[in-house]
Amino acid sequence: MSEYIEWGALANIVVVGVLFGAGVPALFALGVRATSSPAAIREDGTVSLPRRIVGFVCFSVIVLAIVGAIIYIAAGGH
Amino acid sequence: MDYANVSILLVLVVATALAFDFTNGFHDTGNAMATSIATRALKPKTAVGLSASLNLVGAFLSLSVAATIATGIVDAGVVTLEVVLAGLVGGILWNLITWFFGIPSSSSHALVGGIVGAVIAAVGTSGVQWTGLVGKVLIPALIAPMVAIAVASIGTWLVVRITRDVEDKTNDRMFRWGQIGSASLVSLAHGTNDAQKSMGIILLALIASGVAPSDSGVPFWVVLSCALAMALGTYIGGWRVIRTLGKGLVELSSRQGMAAETSSAAIILVSSHFGYSLSTTHVATGSIMGSGVGMKGAKVRWSVAGRMFGAWVITVPCAAAVGALAVLIEQGIGGTAGAYVIFGLLVLASAFIYLRSRRTKVDSKNVNDEWESEADNESVVAQSVASHNPQLMRIKSKPRKKKGKKRGKQNHKKKKHKKHKKSEKG
Repeated sequence: MSEYIEWGALANIVVVGVLFGAGVPALFALGVRATSSPAAIREDGTVSLPRRIVGFVCFSVIVLAIVGAIIYIAAGGH
Repeated sequence: MDYANVSILLVLVVATALAFDFTNGFHDTGNAMATSIATRALKPKTAVGLSASLNLVGAFLSLSVAATIATGIVDAGVVTLEVVLAGLVGGILWNLITWFFGIPSSSSHALVGGIVGAVIAAVGTSGVQWTGLVGKVLIPALIAPMVAIAVASIGTWLVVRITRDVEDKTNDRMFRWGQIGSASLVSLAHGTNDAQKSMGIILLALIASGVAPSDSGVPFWVVLSCALAMALGTYIGGWRVIRTLGKGLVELSSRQGMAAETSSAAIILVSSHFGYSLSTTHVATGSIMGSGVGMKGAKVRWSVAGRMFGAWVITVPCAAAVGALAVLIEQGIGGTAGAYVIFGLLVLASAFIYLRSRRTKVDSKNVNDEWESEADNESVVAQSVASHNPQLMRIKSKPRKKKGKKRGKQNHKKKKHKKHKKSEKG
């Protein structure tokens, strides 16, 4: 079967695919949870600093991932 | 053939390649935008506009066009202009037929199928590298959705779990942004990838006919016209396919949509990075299904999914049949006249499919209508897609009533299709 399926490439795709394809949404969800869950919002409607930092870090990493992807596309990497 | 004949053939090939690019655009809009439209993160028109712009940008973004078609699948030596023309005809017609039935199927597979059929008809089965065809086209069509289902279901499961305490309204508001971002990325990758296929074909045709030197880069007019053809196709929007992807497979929430599109973008980019390109369509469809698998209580309409798998399996042979038929007609008539005739036939067939589609119009207004009402009729047609030659099926299928407007008239047909409806629901 190995002449028909490139198992090595496939394994890489699954591992890295899960890392980014599931990791980025999970990170986004963490950001949402940190900044917008009912537990995060205090009585005066503000969000505590640590939670805001967590949210900021999450969304920043995602933005970096998107920028990286665009650069990758532009560089003709695929 | 003398010079004048070659240039006429060249013009036909370029026109057909642009037409293919156009069908490629509108057939694949749904891959990127169906989820955003279904969850109302974007208005339908805005979504296709955004996708079209990004396709346009994507086409200019990277110009590493290889002047090869179906490398490793057919013998490069036998790909003549006639073969390319016939292959394109096969690709376009299959794209239009699947669009008519609202089935997302891979445009590149349709093109490969058309070319394979044309090669078989022109020089026999020896012109096809079967190992390449199976390994690079047929098996990935089965693998891609499985990988995508796995990744998207993990992503969706994580997202739903992490945000379970967050109010639905807040989730919707936040995740819609994530959806738009991830869908944009898919559009961009699509523009870069797929517009280059048509550019490659046109470049190859220019080189083959001696108009451009063999080491030529892509002329600017080729880049521009391909980019515009695809963007225009995308903007016109394959609403039928968008509807199936956005409403037919899974009832999507914003969280699922975001997880699905991110999974699509990641797999498309990662797979091409590792040199094992998976079809955008197969990945996007698998991701949407995965987002249903990963969410408790979400229902995946596996009957709709099964119909798609069926269509994917027959995409290559069907497009090949059309491509082979085109070559036979071409050779039967001979010379430039043959090319004219199949071009004319292509125009006629396309016009026919378009006019048929007007009867059951799907556009930006009814793209999000409830799915259930016409599912029964659809599954009947789908079965004919799965088991028949598209050439026969086009005319034989009964006139269908689709979309909400005509719901009332549909009642008399319901009894007949009860059986199918049951399976659709189950």
